[in-house]
Amino acid sequence: MVGPVGLVVFGLIAYPLFSALYMSLTDKAIGAAGSFVGLGNFAALLRDSIFLQALRNAALYTIVAVAIKAVAGLGLAVALAALGERAAVLRALLLLPWVVPVSITALAWWWMFDPMFSVINWVLRAIGLQDAGIPWLADSTWARVAVILVNVWRGLPFFATVFLAGLLSIPREFYEAAETDGAGPVQSFVRVTLPLMRPILSLVVLYSTVMTVADFEIIYILTRGGPLNRTHLFATYAFQVGLEGTLIGRGAAIVLWMFPVLVVASYLTLRIVRRGEEYG
Amino acid sequence: MVLTSLKTNRELYDLSAVPLWIREGVTVEHYELLLRRSPFVTWLRNSMVVSVVTTCITVTAAVPGAYAIARMSFPGQGALSLAVFLGYLVPPTLLFVPLAQVVAALGLMDRLWALVVTYPTFTVPFSTWLLTGYLKGIPRELEESAQVDGASRVRALVSVVLPVAAPGVVTVVLFSFTLAWGHMIYALAFVSRSAQKVLPVGLLTELVRGDVFYWGALMAGAVVSALPILLLYGLFRRGFVAGLTAGATKL
Repeated sequence: MVGPVGLVVFGLIAYPLFSALYMSLTDKAIGAAGSFVGLGNFAALLRDSIFLQALRNAALYTIVAVAIKAVAGLGLAVALAALGERAAVLRALLLLPWVVPVSITALAWWWMFDPMFSVINWVLRAIGLQDAGIPWLADSTWARVAVILVNVWRGLPFFATVFLAGLLSIPREFYEAAETDGAGPVQSFVRVTLPLMRPILSLVVLYSTVMTVADFEIIYILTRGGPLNRTHLFATYAFQVGLEGTLIGRGAAIVLWMFPVLVVASYLTLRIVRRGEEYG
Repeated sequence: MVLTSLKTNRELYDLSAVPLWIREGVTVEHYELLLRRSPFVTWLRNSMVVSVVTTCITVTAAVPGAYAIARMSFPGQGALSLAVFLGYLVPPTLLFVPLAQVVAALGLMDRLWALVVTYPTFTVPFSTWLLTGYLKGIPRELEESAQVDGASRVRALVSVVLPVAAPGVVTVVLFSFTLAWGHMIYALAFVSRSAQKVLPVGLLTELVRGDVFYWGALMAGAVVSALPILLLYGLFRRGFVAGLTAGATKL
């Protein structure tokens, strides 16, 4: 009964992961066998300015996007919880950016960031904020803003909905007790809500950190890593080097830089879940 | 944020309108271009095939797997359960390089089947994990009484447990389908022949030729691609929310 699951988990996830580990130690190219080069790929990457740029981009992208999603998501969840059932329609609509695959919605964003016809610039002009128009994807700083914006737009519903479920599972009595003890709304948020929400907050942040650092679609569709490689992440750079550039060993080494993030996140996740005594 | 999300989705439906409304009447020419002069219909069919087959594989693997993890005891159970959970955390982008080797070794490069083989890597762990949690929440007595009444274990699973677990299975189906429908990196990496492309890749790679962007057709394509998912979402909103919050509500 566990055959198929085992096959997928061990054959198609664990085995490729290990083979990536081995490949990263070779100079394999597509169509050529490749020989063992030890840590050569990793060393070469540390001298590769584009890779170092990607490393910095990934750190910036992940930290900023996850932080915004966590804070805004919590705020949104609190607002939705306060509105209760009146916000049912809002809740349904809120999920749309997350439900529709980002590979499709990013196409719409691409159009909205278009230098000539950008709807966003049109609106900014219409309300008199910005006359010249923002060169969304052409300028390296704005391009970073744009990809983070889309990542937040996409991920926020996930954060808000999960946080909302967490908020609603906190028993009323806790708040009543806090109120009797003379706690104001801010105090009960800090003393009751936050501590009780900590496991959920941490789990969502950890999961999102892994998925954000491993992002591909948004970058590939909107910028392909440009301008000046300022938006490259591990996956997009690995795709460029490993598949388009056929240096598959080097590509494997690039994606493996994400591995430590995964290990740390998995470890912390397991610890939290184990404390909750259940992970499956 | 809510405003932006609303606007964007409306934007998807506001085809050739520059910028927020349709000024010069509605046109279907983009859809015509899409349907008549691009392989769009083929991509749509490919996407359907890949998503449906992936979903079937996922359910076939996840239901018995989750049942075994939740209910039976066998050597390596803890390890498998842990592996499923960790597999859920592995992002697809970490695997595309080595999976390219696996696909090549299987002789599936540039074929739709490459996707059917690799998509379960992101649907199966999640589905198994979700269903395991779901099955653990169903009282054991239910199937034990069925077994006392003379039903075999498999029969008890099929006729007693599965009907109760139906919402979990529906969630798994929705998620697998949606994930497979929108997935991009494997599709981009393993398939480059036009006739074997799936929707997101086809739209991105073939409706942009050099500097010529077929924006109208591209947006029309995005609308058509989003429709099946929106339809599913409209019908089974609870399933989506259940899947989304599966990890959180258990704590």
